[in-house]
Amino acid sequence: MNNGIDLTRETSVGMPQGYDPSAPILSCVNLNKSYVASRPVLHNLNISLTGGKIVGLLGPNGCGKSTLLKLVSGILVPDSGTIEVCGVPQSEATNSLISFLPERTYFNSWMRVDQLIEYFSDFFADFDEAMARKMLSDLSIDTSAKLKTLSKGNKEKVQLVLVMSRRAKLYLLDEPIGGVDPAARDYILSTIIGSYNPEAAVIITTHLIHDIEPVLDEFAFMGFGGRILLSGMADEVRAEQGKTLDELFREVFRC
Amino acid sequence: MAWSFTSRAPVYMQIVSRIRADILGGVYQPDQQIPAVRQLALTAGVNPNTMQRAFAVLEAEQLFITRGTIGRFITTDTEVLARAREVMRRETVARLVEEAAAVGISPEELIEGIRAYERESAADTGEASQETTTQ
Repeated sequence: MNNGIDLTRETSVGMPQGYDPSAPILSCVNLNKSYVASRPVLHNLNISLTGGKIVGLLGPNGCGKSTLLKLVSGILVPDSGTIEVCGVPQSEATNSLISFLPERTYFNSWMRVDQLIEYFSDFFADFDEAMARKMLSDLSIDTSAKLKTLSKGNKEKVQLVLVMSRRAKLYLLDEPIGGVDPAARDYILSTIIGSYNPEAAVIITTHLIHDIEPVLDEFAFMGFGGRILLSGMADEVRAEQGKTLDELFREVFRC
Repeated sequence: MAWSFTSRAPVYMQIVSRIRADILGGVYQPDQQIPAVRQLALTAGVNPNTMQRAFAVLEAEQLFITRGTIGRFITTDTEVLARAREVMRRETVARLVEEAAAVGISPEELIEGIRAYERESAADTGEASQETTTQ
């Protein structure tokens, strides 16, 4: 399935100050975050992520996956530690490098899909309107419809289309396929593959490990307290342990 | 529609097996051009790096040959194709024998079963063609 996405477009113009194409796409050093002082959500977390990678961030509910994505996107502020995206310290400047799909939709429900497209065009210089419209039409979504008239799954599709239609350096996708039907799931995964770009990285959190397994380069299992318990290449798990990632997950996180 | 990856083997090896089978099964003809890595990755629903890895194996087996900048093609070398066929034959036999053993069927029974199956299906097609001629 080819979504007709132009992947060759030059993306290095208009980058924020401090942008370094040779720096890791994402670098987190000694990251700490807690909502209640006695219970750290992330404890001294270190991450370094290079371009051209699709990474699955996998872990049980409440382990800190969403918290990490919110910290990287700047919605939350860490208690301590540093976050850099392409060498640029986390700040307003990194917003132009990161395309974030939060776990919940944040759009105003009275808005029409067309208005959302305009909204994204205004906010993000790297937004590709033609690509968004093509994808929405592939998914049979009426762009003149108000968001509140769409089903939950279709709302999620709209949001994902908008997020993936940016030519960002770092895509943070929090549960991108959780609420959509299996056919749309295939389309969305192929969109993620199609957006693959050697200069960009994608982090996906999900519980649907089986569905995303073929799409991943690398995986990280996150346990409680935001500890990375296990990480590596998805295919190495199969080669070395004779298990799928899904099976390994069930083993590591057995209740 | 994405390809399905049901076994526990690494995804890139499952892709290699599938493409090898497609070559021997005539889905891809000798000298036919192979789609680009990204294109086939999208079709299969896998990461382009995974597809790249599968391509590297197929190139090492010389089933894929690269012609300068034009692209990758299926080999026309009959020796290479015969070797690939031999690999597939061994894999198929191994799978069959293992599956049979798991339910207590011995290799001898399996061989006898295959012969019987062939006789039956030959008889079936014989009857079928007779019917068409009498009509």
